[in-house]
Amino acid sequence: MRLDLRDVARRIARDIPDGAYVNLGIGLPTLVADCVGADKEVVYHSENGILGMGPAPAPGEEDPELINAGKQPVTLLPGGAFFHHTDAFLMMRGGHVDLTVLGAFQVSERGDLANWATDDASHPPAVGGAMDLAVGARRVLVMTTHTTKAGEPKLVPRCTYPLTAAGVVDRVYTDLAVLDVTADGFLVREMVAGLTREDLQGATAARLSFADDVGVLGQRE
Amino acid sequence: MIDKRVASLADAVEGIEDGATVLVGGFGASGVPVELVHALLDRGTTDLTVVTNNAGSGETDVAALLRERRVRKIVCSYPRSAGSIWFEERWRAGEVELELVPQGTLSERMRAAAAGLGGFFTPTGADTRLAEGKEVRVIDGRRHVFEEPLPGDVALVKAARADRWGNLVYRTAARNFGPTMAAAAALTVVQVDEFVELGELDPETIVTPGIFVDRVVRVEAA
Repeated sequence: MRLDLRDVARRIARDIPDGAYVNLGIGLPTLVADCVGADKEVVYHSENGILGMGPAPAPGEEDPELINAGKQPVTLLPGGAFFHHTDAFLMMRGGHVDLTVLGAFQVSERGDLANWATDDASHPPAVGGAMDLAVGARRVLVMTTHTTKAGEPKLVPRCTYPLTAAGVVDRVYTDLAVLDVTADGFLVREMVAGLTREDLQGATAARLSFADDVGVLGQRE
Repeated sequence: MIDKRVASLADAVEGIEDGATVLVGGFGASGVPVELVHALLDRGTTDLTVVTNNAGSGETDVAALLRERRVRKIVCSYPRSAGSIWFEERWRAGEVELELVPQGTLSERMRAAAAGLGGFFTPTGADTRLAEGKEVRVIDGRRHVFEEPLPGDVALVKAARADRWGNLVYRTAARNFGPTMAAAAALTVVQVDEFVELGELDPETIVTPGIFVDRVVRVEAA
């Protein structure tokens, strides 16, 4: 019943408009780039000073200095540009990046995002550009499994993990549902076939409301 | 006559004192001034505050400074990279202090220092633990956190080419923190792959003008 995360990425890609400037977070969200159709021209931004970032190079053609935020080798597309870090973050913080897709440990019904620290004291804390992206991108989409591996809900009334940013998430895409963050909390827009509203609520700690016309998530167009 | 070129890596790091705050360019392994950091290591300089995005990995550059116990404090955004074993070891032992700063705030704090500003208010970090103890002001209905400027005594930067005035161009994404750090330190030292004649760099494409640069040293590409 749960969607494969590649199908979640495909669903997110549908919501990325032609011409958008997009920053994809490290990890799961990078799957989205592979799913954006060739009919759209999307410009990918990387926090280390790249616009027009392209896919991974062919083996043997890696440039150790041309990397993405996850430190993986990438390429530059025709029309791409390099710039320095302060400008890269000005684009993020200043609302110039249209959209970001981020992973999450928890999202609250108020749109608070927790995705940088789990309070595991055995590792040093590390934040990178997560906070700047979350506060600055014009639209913040979250891509996550609906629950943790242990079955704990990730959509919660209040985050218990340390916050990345407060009140920033616009929409959440999980392997069970698509939900908007509204003034009244999570509003379910789509859910996978074969799942009841009670099932979905049971996998969610925050209280859900449902759109009048809840769509089916995962149907291939 | 202005000639910022120096003959050796030892000359490049001459005079950097114990206790200095050193801005070290680079993002992951991209744009790291590896040879300059090792020259600092060879010089024996210690008790350093190092400002850098990552905390080094493997046995080179910032990781080597940590291994040799030259670092008192590190100011960075993401010290937990693959292979950052020396940072983790020194941090767990309580031998190095960590100031964790969101990446854009790290860059902007150095820019503020470069620009002669007394700090700035940013929405980044508001309502998070990284804002604890900091002044908060509501601007346009949004909570902003006050951040102080972050100047360096020294900046170590890697660029592609320089002329004798210290004008710089970089290569691909190796530019990253270089331009901001170069402008934010009292002494800016740059390693380049190549020296070019004055006038050879297209003035329309010079990224860091020489006013921000004090010394340049050529390092043979490996």
